[in-house]
Amino acid sequence: MGNEIVFEKSVVIKNVKILGKETTDILIKAGHITELGSNLSGDIVIDGSDCVALPGLVDLHTHLREPGREDAETILSGSRAAAMGGFTAVHAMANTNPVADTAGVVEQVWRLGKEAGLVDVRPVGAVTKGLDGIALAELGAMADSAAGVRVFSDDGKCVHDAALMRRALEYVKAFDGVVAQHAQEPRLTDGAQMNEGELSGKLGLAGWPAVAEEAIIARDVLLAEHVGSRLHVCHLSTAGSVEIIRWAKSRGINVTAEVTPHHLFFTDEVVTSYDPIYKVNPPLRTAKDVAAVRAGLADGTIDIVATDHAPHPAEDKDCEWTSAAFGMTGLESALAIVNATMIKTGLMDWAAVADRMSINPARIGKVLDQGQPLKVGSPANIVVFNPNIEIKVDPKATQSGSRNTPYRELTLPGQVVATVFRGKPTVVNGMLAN
Amino acid sequence: MKHLLSAADLTREEAITVLDTAAQLAAAAEQGVGKLPPLRGRTVVNLFFEDSTRTRMSFEAAAKRLSADVINFSAKNSSVSKGESLKDTALTLEAMGADAVVIRHNSSGAPHRLANAGWISGGVINAGDGTHEHPTQALLDAYTLRRHLCADQADLAGVNVTIVGDILHSRVARSNVLLLHILGAKVKLVAPPTLLPIGVETWGCEISYDLDDSIAGSDAVMMLRVQKERMNQSYFPNAHEYSFRYGLTKARMNKMAQHAIVMHPGPMNRGMEISADVADSARSVVVEQVANGVSVRMAVLYLILGGAES
Repeated sequence: MGNEIVFEKSVVIKNVKILGKETTDILIKAGHITELGSNLSGDIVIDGSDCVALPGLVDLHTHLREPGREDAETILSGSRAAAMGGFTAVHAMANTNPVADTAGVVEQVWRLGKEAGLVDVRPVGAVTKGLDGIALAELGAMADSAAGVRVFSDDGKCVHDAALMRRALEYVKAFDGVVAQHAQEPRLTDGAQMNEGELSGKLGLAGWPAVAEEAIIARDVLLAEHVGSRLHVCHLSTAGSVEIIRWAKSRGINVTAEVTPHHLFFTDEVVTSYDPIYKVNPPLRTAKDVAAVRAGLADGTIDIVATDHAPHPAEDKDCEWTSAAFGMTGLESALAIVNATMIKTGLMDWAAVADRMSINPARIGKVLDQGQPLKVGSPANIVVFNPNIEIKVDPKATQSGSRNTPYRELTLPGQVVATVFRGKPTVVNGMLAN
Repeated sequence: MKHLLSAADLTREEAITVLDTAAQLAAAAEQGVGKLPPLRGRTVVNLFFEDSTRTRMSFEAAAKRLSADVINFSAKNSSVSKGESLKDTALTLEAMGADAVVIRHNSSGAPHRLANAGWISGGVINAGDGTHEHPTQALLDAYTLRRHLCADQADLAGVNVTIVGDILHSRVARSNVLLLHILGAKVKLVAPPTLLPIGVETWGCEISYDLDDSIAGSDAVMMLRVQKERMNQSYFPNAHEYSFRYGLTKARMNKMAQHAIVMHPGPMNRGMEISADVADSARSVVVEQVANGVSVRMAVLYLILGGAES
């Protein structure tokens, strides 16, 4: 992957706090950090006053919609939104049309990502052909392709057949791949619309019970233990799921887990409005679950934050609840939400944020040159974030092709001031660099 | 009242005003006054996305008796069947100058969207949304209970109402629980555990799985319809067992207090949740519920459209 055209100009980030610690300048030349210190100068100067610097964020779970739903998002528009959110790598989920279940499709996504040139676009390969849950997709061919796929997922659907899940977990060991499971027992969630609990009963919306997630996670960690494979659990959302992952890790099972910003932020109370902007899968859960996923993220039970950025055209949300699509955008707001829910609450520090949003996801996805510490010699993938600016979210201002942000009209803490991707600024002064 | 989306939108005083207004309108009708004038020149749209001949007819009769112009919009024979969205339908109705929209929709919360999404400016009356609520049914049930058990006066304080059947999927049950509590009644829910929603213990009702235990202490027993599609989803083994355990039979009815009444929102599955002799018995107020439905809906339309203004 490291063969891109090298950005010629030198860049200096002035007076920034790496991981929120001591203030320094960061000098970048030819794609790498070449010097840390004071009074450094370069061709392009980024003011990092009042800002923290973190290694560029890596999203393990992004829906870029191309090919097939370019009305919602393209690889270019999604890459722009990612850069604005401080990301330098995203994993493009496989539920496109056609499905990313062959070397041809993943190479197309990979190539379009390179052409966009704003982040590393790492295609995720489907586990099963057509996401149908019946037969394995060409996992090895996708791994061996130019895209070098290492993460496989039927996300949107659960690999619910236990035997097929076992085979997938085993097979990807040959190329150090990982299966990222969308944990949802299908029979327990037939027609499900929101978290099953007191509120679903009152609102008359079909419930999505926590057990439908937890039962699959429990099964999968035991399968991973049995065959000695690596498992990743997508968008974990319940207190029970956190407990199961904690137990599995204590047993030495090779499992990693992610939580989304929206599951850190919202409870199911917002569904009372019946506004489908809050319709998402897995659904928003209770205050007890939100507290548990925050605690799990803080103590490392949950390894990463991943956005599950899911753009949808306006008409798929401007309708009645049950007709609406599941999903919300999240790339541009992710760091502000983590700031609001984990930093401002005192649950984590910036080193932990770097761990959960850059280092760990890069490790799980086997992304070279990403998630590296900000020191001399490292690849220059950097986000510069001012955690104390208050910004009101304007859906119209998004770089994404869609406006279905659940944070619209909310004032969130923090702004990505600059993003540097392979030594080249992609965002400067909070705006896309041209 | 701007809208009627949930029974919980009503205060005790507002609910009593609806019932009192309905009683006055019913009395006027009984005196042979014929059409009343208050909604002349106002347009009421019946927007029905779900088949419901009886509720639509009830609202239509109510609006016409108040001299409103009525437009019936049935999704089956309209642009909706060609894929038009709720939003575009709403914008069309707004352009046509609908003063109130009576909406029946299979999606829970659709009336909330219609009222709050900024698509229309008129009043919205929920005529049944998915498995959520059916507030005018609750009002007509309260009206019927008050007439039989409280001599048409004030609220339902101290009245014991038992609701039996598919609570999980019933919009009638949800609205009734809310309104009966607002009016001071005590509510008991009886159902197999599979047909009670998670969290029902927070509804402020007594819960029982045993119908026989619940009969004697009730002033009214309200039977809910069991939808055909539940039969094949393992909520209970079969219709026979359901009927045996949760059907209102003559033997069970005979254990009811002397003054107690039998209610059903209709349409009934005779022989399933209610036996034919119970449905046709002197205790059954099912047909009267239908008549009261028109009076209560007249009252709701009158109050929402501010009939006094015109």
